[in-house]
Amino acid sequence: MTGTLERRAAMAALMQGRGDDLLVVPGLGSTTYDLAAAGDNDRNFYLWGAMGGAAMIGLGLALAQPAKRVAVITGDGEMLMGMGALATIGIQQPDNLAIVVFDNGMYGETGGQQSHTGAGVDMGAVARGCGFKVCLEVSDEAGLADLAGRLKHGGLLFARVAIRPDEPPRVLPEKDGAILKRRFRVALGLTA
Amino acid sequence: MNVSPPVWPDRLFDTLKRADIRQVGYVPDAGHARLIERCKADADIRDVALTTEEEGIALAAGAWLGGERAALLMQSSGVGNCVNMLSLMRACRFPLVTFITMRGEWEEFNPWQVPMGSIVEPVMKLCDAAVLRATKPEDVAPLAERAVQQAFGEERVVAVLLSQELIGKKVWVK
Repeated sequence: MTGTLERRAAMAALMQGRGDDLLVVPGLGSTTYDLAAAGDNDRNFYLWGAMGGAAMIGLGLALAQPAKRVAVITGDGEMLMGMGALATIGIQQPDNLAIVVFDNGMYGETGGQQSHTGAGVDMGAVARGCGFKVCLEVSDEAGLADLAGRLKHGGLLFARVAIRPDEPPRVLPEKDGAILKRRFRVALGLTA
Repeated sequence: MNVSPPVWPDRLFDTLKRADIRQVGYVPDAGHARLIERCKADADIRDVALTTEEEGIALAAGAWLGGERAALLMQSSGVGNCVNMLSLMRACRFPLVTFITMRGEWEEFNPWQVPMGSIVEPVMKLCDAAVLRATKPEDVAPLAERAVQQAFGEERVVAVLLSQELIGKKVWVK
């Protein structure tokens, strides 16, 4: 089940040509570092905790900003902890939300222990069962290019990106949650 | 003695409307049934059924990032499901108002409700929430108003506990 895509290159490919209408919520740990490495942006809401919460933060944001596109880009371990969110999102069917899971089948932050997806759980099948009509399996550069296009224009989708199990050097963004929140809201034209 | 449906859920709904709450997360709950029904029927409120209460914490954070106010309706047992996710609210100073129907404290037939029900107040306070409690029907609306102002004014979590005696299967009125 483990893939061959390199995570930093995969994130860079998804963020290439990103416009102001794309709002991105990564999960805590590696996907936050990947997103920071792809280029800091006020419309990134980095997570340093709240494991299991990324998809639901994405749902609240997508419902509040229907004219924008919201991408949650998280890891398999983070998604597993909040898997019920897929059911909750499935019945809401927001058409501006993408849930993207960088799946390497392991918990990189804690030493590379095997995750449930690494042991065979099929997250795409779970998403399909929860009502995601578009479920993509991304395992090569053509798939990444297709997904990057859908992040800009597509409707509700789930994508599993099969990344290889490696751990590039950390790129650490801002850690102060109040600052991250305020700059995000200001970028959307809201009061701080 | 008359048995009639309580009016406080409708007053609570009025408060949510005045406060411009646009997203309401909830896990189905008998005590909140009337309020949930009102929220579902309102075109300007998005009702979001959750699989577990902690989803509602993250939902509210996302809503606020996008410029909308959210509320979370739950039962006392749900508080235990929220503890780690509440760190998101404290770390980022997200506002949240939550209304908690209490179990395990008054005419409770299920002793399994007692362990969580009896620690809701200290647990929420440890999580940095302000905690208010309504025990009489006429307390609910003013406390809810105060909770909304405090949550969005101070950017913090404010919990209003709705005592079990408000909710008991019969409400006796004069």
